[in-house]
Amino acid sequence: MSTLDLKQVSVSFAARGGGVTQALTAVDLSMQSGDFVVAIGASGCGKTTLLNCIAGFLEPTEGAILLNGAPVTGPGAERGVVFQKHALLPWLNVTENVEFGLRMRNVPKPERRRVAASKLATVGLERFADYPVYQLSGGMQQRVGIARALASNPDVLLMDEPLGALDALTRESIQQTILKVWDAEQKIVFFITHDVEEALFLATELLVMSPSPGRIVHRYQLDFGRRFIEGMDARKVKSLPDFIQMREEVLALIHAPMQ
Amino acid sequence: MTGERPASTAAPQPVGGAPLAAADNKPVAAGSFAMPGEGSTTRISVITVAALFAVWWLATRLNWLPPLVLPSPEAVWGAFVAAWRGQLQGGTTLLEHFGWSFMRVFGAFLLACLTAIPVGLLMGVSRVARGIFDPPLEFYRPLPPLAYLPLVIIWFGIEEASKVVLIYLACFAPLAVAARAGVKSATIEQINAARSMGASFLQVVRHVVLPAALPDILTGMRIAIGFGWTTLVAAEMVAATAGLGQMVLNASNFLRTDIVVMGIIVIGIIAYLFDLLMRRVEAWLVPWKGRM
Repeated sequence: MSTLDLKQVSVSFAARGGGVTQALTAVDLSMQSGDFVVAIGASGCGKTTLLNCIAGFLEPTEGAILLNGAPVTGPGAERGVVFQKHALLPWLNVTENVEFGLRMRNVPKPERRRVAASKLATVGLERFADYPVYQLSGGMQQRVGIARALASNPDVLLMDEPLGALDALTRESIQQTILKVWDAEQKIVFFITHDVEEALFLATELLVMSPSPGRIVHRYQLDFGRRFIEGMDARKVKSLPDFIQMREEVLALIHAPMQ
Repeated sequence: MTGERPASTAAPQPVGGAPLAAADNKPVAAGSFAMPGEGSTTRISVITVAALFAVWWLATRLNWLPPLVLPSPEAVWGAFVAAWRGQLQGGTTLLEHFGWSFMRVFGAFLLACLTAIPVGLLMGVSRVARGIFDPPLEFYRPLPPLAYLPLVIIWFGIEEASKVVLIYLACFAPLAVAARAGVKSATIEQINAARSMGASFLQVVRHVVLPAALPDILTGMRIAIGFGWTTLVAAEMVAATAGLGQMVLNASNFLRTDIVVMGIIVIGIIAYLFDLLMRRVEAWLVPWKGRM
């Protein structure tokens, strides 16, 4: 069982003209294995800043981030990241991309290959193990990105709008893959999206964020993803009356500051 | 990437080694819309060269220009055969001229690759290296080689060293600039992804930054070797007894324009062949260039 705790995390940037931009204000968050936390909100609400802090790409101005009780001081293999633009390495083939992190940590080749093959199977790409990544479609590339993040067996999976650039069909199909991975691997998942339906479908905890200053304005506990895992059809989950009601409520929240 | 089949839960559609990306598909039918600048140029290029050749031949045939100004193709061919047999300029054969020039240009180019690429990469990844190398590099880069040729002669003598140094300097700047620019080719996401998979700073440089810089470095090599050939004649002005540049210079002193034109064509063809080779190397080393 892993835990990830954010205590009063704030991030401010020096703005042009000498002022200070408050990107994130006093975020408290407590997650443990099996939690699927989704952050949603308009541009500039600090959701990517929050993810970058957890990933260790950005140091909070104030507050602390603790993974299993130990402070986060930089990027690390126990926090896998999936990016909006897959960020694969085109000079490596699919398998070599997936096993990259293991190779950096000197894991022996047979073991690397075994892990890569199993993660590729998880995302449904086992037949493409030897393909150059630049020959794959956008959706397949993003699946490789997910397999790559899983290969290091991280405690936390951070996903920064991983499906934002994909078409609707591919999106829905990968959402289901992600839920299956989450259910099978019981990791802490922190997921960012612009898409309300996607957020509601995936989240066990939904954070609705609001800009200037970036902060969490509302939290929901949800279980729509659980219903999919228990066998309900994805489209059916998304047309449940309480799903639709929730969708409108969240949309209203997100749009509120804009009006 | 658009127009591709999504990787849905259904069985993936390509079978065997069939390419997946639209970039790999040849145009289906004549008249279908192509990307700007797309398509093979071989036939057009061959026609262009043939046309230039025909105009040249016609111009000399009809005596539009005196032979001194524009020697005929036959005269140039004659010069080529004579040079090949070593019947010009004290018996040095064309192959010997070529050998000397080749050694100078490729020797200097190789030295430049071995030094300029590391320096450029270092400038890209290290603030200190950039601070040190940027002023001298950017200062000397736009200077014409002929301007500092006297200094090179005074410092390195009139033997091979000064010739190689001059060509080396011409190759160095474009290589260093290309390698430095190449460092910026790795995206922030690629670097962050590697770091979040546990890669150290040196591993990021070795396994992400360097491979990402390779397309730029190869382009830099193509530009650098071009500069190398450009500087050859200047380099061989310095007390050379053999070399393609020296052969051309010497011929110009005797108004032998047939040999001058022949020398120009030989240098041009060699440089062009090397560029074709470099394009092959590019296609082999960085097939992913421009596709991600």
